[in-house]
Amino acid sequence: MTAHTKGSGTTWVGRSIRRVEDPALVTGQGRFTADLPAVHWVRFVRSSVAAGTIQRINAPDGAGIVTSADLKALKPIRPMLSKFNYVAVGQPILADGVVRFTGEAIAAVYAPGKDQAEDLADQVEVEISETTALIDSMDALADGAPLVHGEAKGNVIVEGRIKTPGFDDVWTTAHKVLRVDGRSRRQNATPMEARAGHAVYDASTGRVTLTCTTQMPHLTRTAVCDIIGMPESDLRVIAPDVGGGFGQKMSLAPEYVLLVWLARKLRSSVAWTEDRRENLIASFHSRDQHVELEGAFDANGKLLALSADIVANVGAYSCFPTTCGVEPLMALAELPGPYDVRAYHCLSRGVLTHTCPMAPYRGVSRPVITFVLERLMDKAAAAFGLEPTEIRRRNLIDKFPYTSATGLVFDDGSYKETMEMAVSAIDLPAFRKRQQTARDKGRYLGIGFATFSERTGYGSPAFAARGMAISPGFETVHLTIDPSGFVEARIGASPHGQGLRTSLAQIIADEIGIDPEFIKVVHGDTDRSPYGWGTFASRSLVLSGGASLLAAQKIRAKLIKMASHMLEAAPEDITLKSGAAHVIGTDRSITIATIARAAYHQVHIFKGEIEPGMTETGSYDPSGTFSNACHVAIVEVDIDTGRVEVEKFLVAEDAGLIINPMIADGQVHGGVAQGIGNALLEEIIYDETGNILSSTLADFLPPTAREIPEIELHHIETLTGNSITKAKGLGEGGAIGAPAAVISAINDALSSFGVSIDEMPATPQRIRAALRSSGKLT
Amino acid sequence: MTDKTDITLNINGRDHAISVESRRTLADAIREECGQTGTHIGCEHGVCGACTVLVNGEPVRSCLMFAQQAAGKPIRTVEGLANGDEMHPMQRAFMENHGLQCGFCTPGFLMLAVGVLEKEPDITDEDLVDVLSSNLCRCTGYQNIIKAVRAAAIEMRQS
Repeated sequence: MTAHTKGSGTTWVGRSIRRVEDPALVTGQGRFTADLPAVHWVRFVRSSVAAGTIQRINAPDGAGIVTSADLKALKPIRPMLSKFNYVAVGQPILADGVVRFTGEAIAAVYAPGKDQAEDLADQVEVEISETTALIDSMDALADGAPLVHGEAKGNVIVEGRIKTPGFDDVWTTAHKVLRVDGRSRRQNATPMEARAGHAVYDASTGRVTLTCTTQMPHLTRTAVCDIIGMPESDLRVIAPDVGGGFGQKMSLAPEYVLLVWLARKLRSSVAWTEDRRENLIASFHSRDQHVELEGAFDANGKLLALSADIVANVGAYSCFPTTCGVEPLMALAELPGPYDVRAYHCLSRGVLTHTCPMAPYRGVSRPVITFVLERLMDKAAAAFGLEPTEIRRRNLIDKFPYTSATGLVFDDGSYKETMEMAVSAIDLPAFRKRQQTARDKGRYLGIGFATFSERTGYGSPAFAARGMAISPGFETVHLTIDPSGFVEARIGASPHGQGLRTSLAQIIADEIGIDPEFIKVVHGDTDRSPYGWGTFASRSLVLSGGASLLAAQKIRAKLIKMASHMLEAAPEDITLKSGAAHVIGTDRSITIATIARAAYHQVHIFKGEIEPGMTETGSYDPSGTFSNACHVAIVEVDIDTGRVEVEKFLVAEDAGLIINPMIADGQVHGGVAQGIGNALLEEIIYDETGNILSSTLADFLPPTAREIPEIELHHIETLTGNSITKAKGLGEGGAIGAPAAVISAINDALSSFGVSIDEMPATPQRIRAALRSSGKLT
Repeated sequence: MTDKTDITLNINGRDHAISVESRRTLADAIREECGQTGTHIGCEHGVCGACTVLVNGEPVRSCLMFAQQAAGKPIRTVEGLANGDEMHPMQRAFMENHGLQCGFCTPGFLMLAVGVLEKEPDITDEDLVDVLSSNLCRCTGYQNIIKAVRAAAIEMRQS
């Protein structure tokens, strides 16, 4: 076989090459967790009530059943934060006497088939003595409210405060203070593949292989082993093809711990495939936040100070590894967004309730705080008689590095430039004319702008600042050219749809002069890949890409050194391209495959000057960077029904150097679609007793092709010094900006009614209620 | 519930003699009894369309059909789209237009689109969007799926 003989002639980075991931996925050859056969199928018996004490669990005689009584040796899931008055509550793997949310697992049953396991679960009788359920965070904060966990007084589990020096003085000098009472309802990330796990015990080695739908295979291994009390060398975790995650598959599923424990107990294979109802009621939720925000402006519309009270409903337990502090604390640190404001006062609390635990979801807090902050800017624009873009123009940061009021350092970006690009591309003056013409005919069009930052690619110091016992950050890549001349990059990141195998191959290809098709990227297997943190927080391209580049630079140096020896030329005269080392200005060359083989089989010719083999390691742990974008939505609101149609969506974004434009655009498209869903459709609804009313995809509504308009994209590539590949992340930006832009456009459409929609999703019911309350409907 | 019936499912031209309970869905039978795991199950209540296969040439949600209802009828799944190593135009178009990311919903979209275009090769772009709105994708934002299906439609009309 001949390796890497194709010429490229130009760089691989920057080209929309096809994804190496695709051929298997379009032919039905993808391998997902639920595709694996098992001896035993597991079904969880889940609580039908939100709060109560378990009186009795009865199973048919001889049934395979596990309850908390069997799991006394297991530790609870108890992620730690050392700051922010965090209370380290524990979550038992199966409810231990007390249930704290509808859907909490009480028992696990197992049977030879999925259907039989479901039948068996139906026959398990559980008697629960119900207690008062706290569903809304405001009820949980009320004086005398019962406690979800006795150790968390007032149901506050985490609390962050910031007040910049001299805040009060600035506040009192303000010309105008504007206020937004923003509310984001609860959402579910809803990957199309719900969660699934499969654990198999190997009697010959005593090891267990857990295959599961995780975004963090190594951390899953660490957590499961800590909880069960087993060596990590006895557990292999595999994340095979994973059908989307969006953060939901980043947090540890207690179900996976049970599967590993049960596989060891039964010395066999066990599997669980979550159904959609379980996913909607009992996986993880997010974005349930109440943000009261006030902004103080001077007479020219310059923002002087922000004051915020943030309450995040974090549900019944704290997710591992980030803890439930992830939403309120990100809101605390990042609320001022891309605006230059020096005075900041914020109280941000995470509040326990009898609801499904909160976990990160694409963008984490930023879709919420961006929507609320952008409402404030729009209200300020109206109050000062300015276009929404003009108030932003006066406040966006434009000098870098910029240190925010909360101490975040913004590297080079293009906040104003992307907005101007968007304003020009959408032709704002022309839209205003069209809007007026439509209004005269009784049609309500609106335009909304959202400008925001997307903090990405941050390493361990940024996570450590949160006080996490586990500080994710670095990524490591082991890069090998094997004796066959093919390249393998083993990475700690764990992509699940992002096309990272393709993008990393492009980065490596340029450095070592071998075409991407000969570079295999291996991930999602703790036996094969180096310890890493997985894929989340728009980090993988920056961190794993950076580590890939560092490893590739070492391989490059070694190849050049060896080629210099083999071609008898000076190292500086050698170039690597198209699979060979060439002596510049001559026709002398040697294939990289030949050099690689010599590194294994002909080491003696280098007289001890090189280490045998061709494997190098790169680790990257950067300080972090900020992407930025301006989103524009044009909507039409039907005032008779409250229905909103998004007519057009435009994104002008800057994520640094784009490695693969096709993949980058796809990430933005997907994020925007989720953001539109968040803004208009998606809502997990509990009744007052804690029963979930949105437990099917006919009730919880991800958008379809009908609801998503054409998305027009424009790019600026600001080359930051904060990322060695010059690439910033962009996985979350689409989802961060879109809700704000859509809500803003709805408000613009309805401006003549004097209403303010400050709640998402802006469902037809909410829009009609606001219109009715305006008294201006004819 | 445990009484089983012997049936034959014809999947991609090949007969599978299986024994299933009456309640067994076609989706489960295709995946488990017949081992064709390219058909994915996303919601089991007929909304997401990930499990779409063709039965008698019609796109159906295999989670809403019992295996016994499909007995003896020609069933096509994603594994049967390519002709040996030569991919179907729809498969190629999805790759060329980045119509997939995680790939979990992809088999359902491919079968839906192929089924509709085989019956209505001249379907309008607008109607096509309506058809594609039957299935859910959480990754792509749909724009590239629509682009891919339109591109494949042109190629399918020409061939």
